[in-house]
Amino acid sequence: MTVTEERPAAEVGHARRRKEDARLITGRTMWTDNITLPGMLHLAILRSPMAHARIATIDVGPARELPGVIAAFSGRDLAEDMASLPCAWPVTEDMVHPDHLPLAVDEVRHTGEAVAVVAARDRASALDGLEAIEVDYDELPVVLDMEAALADGADLVHADKGTNKSFTWVFDSAEAGSGGNVADALDGAEVKLSRRYVQQRLIPAYMEPRSVVVDPTGDVFTVWSATQIPHILRLMIAMTTGTPEHKVRVVAPDVGGGFGGKLQVTPEELIAFHVARRIGKPVKHTETRSESMQATHHGRDQIQFIDLTARRDGTVTGLNVRLLANMGAYLGLVTPGVPILGAFMYNAIYKIPAYRFECTGVFTNTAWTDAYRGAGRPEATYAIERIVDELAAELGLDPMEVRRKNWINHDEFPFTTVAGLTYDSGNYEAATDKATQLFGYDELRREQAARRESGDLVQLGIGISTYTEMCGLAPSRVLGALRYGAGGWESATVRVLPTGKVEVVTGTSPHGQGHETAWSQIVADQLGVPFEDVEVLHGDTRTSVRGLDTYGSRSLAVGGTALVKACQKVIKNAKRIAAHMLEASEDDLEFADGTWRVRGTPDAGKTIAECALAVFTSHDLPDGIEPNLDADATHDPENFSFPHGTHLCAAEVDTETGWVNIRKYAAVDDVGRVINPLIVEGQVHGGIAQGVAQALFEEAVYDESGNLMTGTFVDYTVPSAADLPAFDTDRTETPATGHPLGAKGVGEAGTIASTPAVVNAVVDALRPLGVNDVRMPCTPERVWQAIQEARR
Amino acid sequence: MTRISVTVDGVQYQDDVEPRTLLVHYLREQLGKVGTVVGCDTSNCGACTVMMTGTSGRHSVKSCTVLAVQADGREVVTIEGLADMNGGADRAGRLHPMQQAFHEQHALQCGFCTPGMIMEAVDLLEANPDPTDEQIREGLEGNLCRCTGYQNIVRAVHAAAAATRGAEPEPAPEDVVPGPQP
Ligand code: FES
Ligand code: FES
Repeated sequence: MTVTEERPAAEVGHARRRKEDARLITGRTMWTDNITLPGMLHLAILRSPMAHARIATIDVGPARELPGVIAAFSGRDLAEDMASLPCAWPVTEDMVHPDHLPLAVDEVRHTGEAVAVVAARDRASALDGLEAIEVDYDELPVVLDMEAALADGADLVHADKGTNKSFTWVFDSAEAGSGGNVADALDGAEVKLSRRYVQQRLIPAYMEPRSVVVDPTGDVFTVWSATQIPHILRLMIAMTTGTPEHKVRVVAPDVGGGFGGKLQVTPEELIAFHVARRIGKPVKHTETRSESMQATHHGRDQIQFIDLTARRDGTVTGLNVRLLANMGAYLGLVTPGVPILGAFMYNAIYKIPAYRFECTGVFTNTAWTDAYRGAGRPEATYAIERIVDELAAELGLDPMEVRRKNWINHDEFPFTTVAGLTYDSGNYEAATDKATQLFGYDELRREQAARRESGDLVQLGIGISTYTEMCGLAPSRVLGALRYGAGGWESATVRVLPTGKVEVVTGTSPHGQGHETAWSQIVADQLGVPFEDVEVLHGDTRTSVRGLDTYGSRSLAVGGTALVKACQKVIKNAKRIAAHMLEASEDDLEFADGTWRVRGTPDAGKTIAECALAVFTSHDLPDGIEPNLDADATHDPENFSFPHGTHLCAAEVDTETGWVNIRKYAAVDDVGRVINPLIVEGQVHGGIAQGVAQALFEEAVYDESGNLMTGTFVDYTVPSAADLPAFDTDRTETPATGHPLGAKGVGEAGTIASTPAVVNAVVDALRPLGVNDVRMPCTPERVWQAIQEARR
Repeated sequence: MTRISVTVDGVQYQDDVEPRTLLVHYLREQLGKVGTVVGCDTSNCGACTVMMTGTSGRHSVKSCTVLAVQADGREVVTIEGLADMNGGADRAGRLHPMQQAFHEQHALQCGFCTPGMIMEAVDLLEANPDPTDEQIREGLEGNLCRCTGYQNIVRAVHAAAAATRGAEPEPAPEDVVPGPQP
């Protein structure tokens, strides 16, 4: 028996410091851009300065003449090699899905679209090569405004498609049988509110720019990429380049943040692949930040029309949502699916009898949109949490009271919502009670009243967001029903080495989330081995053969469950070995603390490590036993998981300048069972920060000719430490019921919750002045304008 | 090409560099010091921050705003040499107090901003050994982090300050992480 003394009673739940940190704090990290291979060439990509134009002529010849330049290709040069980049989520049968080539051949449809590539011996020569390329563009009319794009006779982004509409997707609770008819609710409503909210366009702005290295010189193509999705990327490279899948290896080394922005099969990855294949040499492309801002996919960008009906006592009777979702110029990997994920979340935590949702995807001459932290769910949560506040204001009720009146009570779970999802667990009362205490709700309300009373120039507003979300993506059957192209399972392998050390292979692909630490904690508890003895391997399709990668707060709920299952198989495999060594019947063994023991004889036991050594030597195993403890497991969840919580924001708003100051922010999240509270707290902080950034700071803006005005960190104002407050965080724990870990997922929760909390606070501060909306981001200018308009 | 002589992380190098080469590219591409990273092209993100000795002593600089030739005759410390910065006393694999604090206080997630953030935080404490929250937040304004929301970074700087002063250490996160404990 060799279980070490230092090991805490249980690793799970313990605030372990992260294993990953050792390399990250000492600069020993393997970023893709660090990779240098013998003979490697550097790529630079020429991008369109036009939002919409025909490429009349393009000549890369002069670039090829330059010293240091080895090759240069236009889209036309590579046209025969290229296939369209994939969209894996055709949300309707008749969705309009235009081709999207990695390098534009005849026409460019957004500024920053790639038109040519130069391969050179060094980065500077590649950039010089770009300067030498001659392109003549014939300008075409630019389509930017979604509502105008849908009007009759509008100019077209894709002339051959005859429309700017990609699809219209509808959910109706009456048709689905999950609720009543919204038309009836609208007809007979005692109170009806109609609002139009604008989800501004955001840029993921992960800190590590995307980078890709392709080595075509071995027996297989090896692709290193700063991606969230090495497995999906491998499959898509195979499918779109005609390379047999087993001849493609994809590695995601250390990846510096993603937030959905690296959940993509990118033009740059495919350009690098095609160039490497053509010239037979390793190539690297690392984007500049300016390229990243223009050419990475963006997020959000929706116009939401929402009607809420209620009785005068505040009981909600119906919800009708019509959405315009900006696709941008093309459809990326999951572009059309992003607003559809939101469809299931507009009803949020409320018992709403009737619901209808309709979303139209619209093409414009802008960078295409796709997943960004929360992907569809922040938009939905924003709209419902904003309009519930408006309902309270309309009825003169406390917004918290309106929520209490309508939410699902803790004793009503499991609860099937009007959108057809079954929320397995939750306790909104508990989280809200804790949050109001942490926040000092009543006291801040008193202060607000006093400031209103005295006509203080700086008014105080209190914003509430009692959010939920669906994550742990996803049950494969549900994805299939929604026409997504892949499943939602996740996979894990557990290998016990002869010395008892453990190697874990996961199909998830972390890029800051700390899987190496959390997965080690899970395995340590399962197998009774020290935390330090577990090594977690990920992100290389050669070692991690099966996986569906990291997004949608899925890794722990789905991948962690696969890991538990694999551990359980290892334990089971060890049982026969232990029984043999202990000369006992398997029926008499019990497993605890990493050891199989004979029941009633606590001293006689064999650890997993001892069993591993026994199968390694295999000198003395009974006939018919396979000498192996290792196991694979795959988990396909039966349901999503539903984190929830209550976020409260107190904002001071200067009514003369429009300046917003977050005075206090309190968040109580229920993310189910927590594996590592330190990591959860960090995810919550970062999530809130990104949601606050949407509320107050960030917006991607195109000018009328389709130039991105916010193309650098000078104009696209990612908040710094000085812009953000400290957040008071706490938790409640209502375990998820669908799997043994009980974890729900935490990656997106903070971002989903915080945006409406902040904007509700800003509006609440200004309500006495007649303001009932401020368009995001609530910059001083926007706030000031809203005040002026209300005064008029 | 211009010949420069520069000490990086305690090692002296003599190299020919292009006049247009930025210090960060010299570090990454010529010296293989890839611990220092590039996050932007407008000197806004601070990911590339290193320490450099100048006429007024040792200070942090964004190495994407300095030409390699400007480092001629100077000493540069990157994240890779930080633990050894004060005369090599820490060579036995120990960490600089700021690195230790970032680890202890979970002040990093993806870690891309971390080298620059740590270098800037070290500089901040050299100028002000006992900063307030606000001074820390203002002092790190030029360094962007997309992952952490900065709260644990502020906590880490306080912890490193306390450790450097020999004061009572910050409470370890087990004690301050709220919520139900196991
Ligand atoms: S790389 Fe962004 S400031 Fe230097
Ligand atoms: S830890 Fe990822 S950017 Fe700071």
